Amino acid sequence: MSELLKLTIAQARDALKQGQFKATELAEAYISAVEAARPLNAYIVETPDKAREMAAASDERIARGEAGALEGIPLGIKDLFATKGIHTQACSHILDQFKPAYESTVTANLWADGAVMLGKLNMDEFAMGSSNENSYYGPVKNPWRAKGSNVDLVPGGSSGGSAAAVAAHICAGATATDTGGSIRQPAAFTGTVGIKPTYGRVSRWGIVAFASSLDQAGPIARDVRDAAILLKSMASVDLKDTTSADIEVPDYEAVIGNSIKGMKIGIPAEYRMDGMPAEVEALWQKGIDWLRDAGAEIVNISLPHTKYALPAYYIVAPAEASSNLARYDGVRYGLRVPGDDIVSMYENTRAEGFGAEVRRRIMIGTYVLSAGYYDAYYVKAQKVRTLIKRDFEASFADGVDAILTPATPTAAFGIADQDMASDPVKMYLNDIFTVTVNMAGLPGIAVPAGLDAKGLPLGLQLIGRPFDESTLFQIARVIEEQAGRFEPDTWWT
Amino acid sequence: MSVDQATVRRIARLARIRISDNEVPKLEGELNHILGWIEMMDEVDTDNVEPMTSVVESTMRLREDVVNDGGYPEQITGNAPATDENFFMVPKVVE
Repeated sequence: MSELLKLTIAQARDALKQGQFKATELAEAYISAVEAARPLNAYIVETPDKAREMAAASDERIARGEAGALEGIPLGIKDLFATKGIHTQACSHILDQFKPAYESTVTANLWADGAVMLGKLNMDEFAMGSSNENSYYGPVKNPWRAKGSNVDLVPGGSSGGSAAAVAAHICAGATATDTGGSIRQPAAFTGTVGIKPTYGRVSRWGIVAFASSLDQAGPIARDVRDAAILLKSMASVDLKDTTSADIEVPDYEAVIGNSIKGMKIGIPAEYRMDGMPAEVEALWQKGIDWLRDAGAEIVNISLPHTKYALPAYYIVAPAEASSNLARYDGVRYGLRVPGDDIVSMYENTRAEGFGAEVRRRIMIGTYVLSAGYYDAYYVKAQKVRTLIKRDFEASFADGVDAILTPATPTAAFGIADQDMASDPVKMYLNDIFTVTVNMAGLPGIAVPAGLDAKGLPLGLQLIGRPFDESTLFQIARVIEEQAGRFEPDTWWT
Repeated sequence: MSVDQATVRRIARLARIRISDNEVPKLEGELNHILGWIEMMDEVDTDNVEPMTSVVESTMRLREDVVNDGGYPEQITGNAPATDENFFMVPKVVE
């Protein structure tokens, strides 16, 4: 691996400013690595010419002393973000050939800060999935493999391409999105850091919608500092998104390294699930000890409605998805499959254009919103959601600064795992620790905390108060210092 | 609550997704499995609980009621599978 690829965003940023190498050199190193890592299937579109052009412009700005916060940093972009004139399909067949005439607010913010685009990253179709196996472009391989094994594992999902690309050093950082765990679960499966910010922190404008009351974009990065740098750039107050919060974006990097002495960390009893692997439980305890040793006060808390979050999510998210995805009708963009009349054209287009999981969720959403079932399902789920949010509010009112939980119930599993493939509910349970955070609109960060007996990464999750991402970065850094960082062997070149 | 095969066909029709006859029993099984699991929610007492309408408290922003965008129909129709002079083309709907 080229030495340039080993640098974190913070290191590359500082070296570029000092003129140790050029942005074009850094871009070339990544372009070659992206090509060499094609067996991972993390990128579905590579944009080397665009990267070279942007890097050359970065070199000019650096020379003029006008470098932005991410000047010359090569990034991968999840296929859910609209990128002007460049393939944007949410990894779905139904958006066949779609090239937006506009740029998402998040990517526009990154380019304005000088970042360089390497290409579009694989994901579960419309961000629906926990393994990246629901992509029209095929599954992504996790750069991690169990010790002494050649079995391909999933990188998690839906941001599986983003997490795999960051872990494999084929981008310096990546954009991702999280509706029920789609940033944090893949981050945990790949030994990377991923943060889902507070709902409203990052603009949703120009991001293909899945479930609008839950969707939130955030970064996946190699370490906590890089995640802080990326989130600062991605977040903004945006008039084009009515749910964008009118709150100034703080300098998240500034708090990294600050002591957490005296902070109150909540440990929720309800996250100690039956059948949880002993290794996950042990790692959680390790995390508790690390934070206590760093001077935090550990308190036991109760979040009694935790177990109802996932069932309620599988009403709210499909309901919103069935509405959001109604726009894919073969008329305004993407695929059209002809039919005898306009209705059969719609039906043929949507049957062929959507994959099995997306079709299943649209049907559940359509059912729970249909006449006679709306109150029993949708209204009930939104009431449960109120109770989930109240659970968190009660803890925060008691002075809890952040909550520590495992990020996922297991480490990465195999591609085409029979258990997962045969039962959609089993796959859904991957998000059991992450989905509560989306239901309550809170920020959550996944940080690598160790390896299991097979040598696969496991992560811890920190959940924070609304708009208090700074505290999460501060605590996550303490875990990172204690746990160290984890890198996979490069087997794919 | 559970769905039968007629309901599966009705949902697919409402969702504008064509399903073949041999897909119906499989979908019936899958949807009932998921809906059965979701029923766990019934254990929760939600009397006198307000349904959530907004996850983060905020007041809606107001703006001037003026046209502030537009004027580029060729961009709007640029990705459509069939167009004619900046109109979307669809199969005939009126005889």
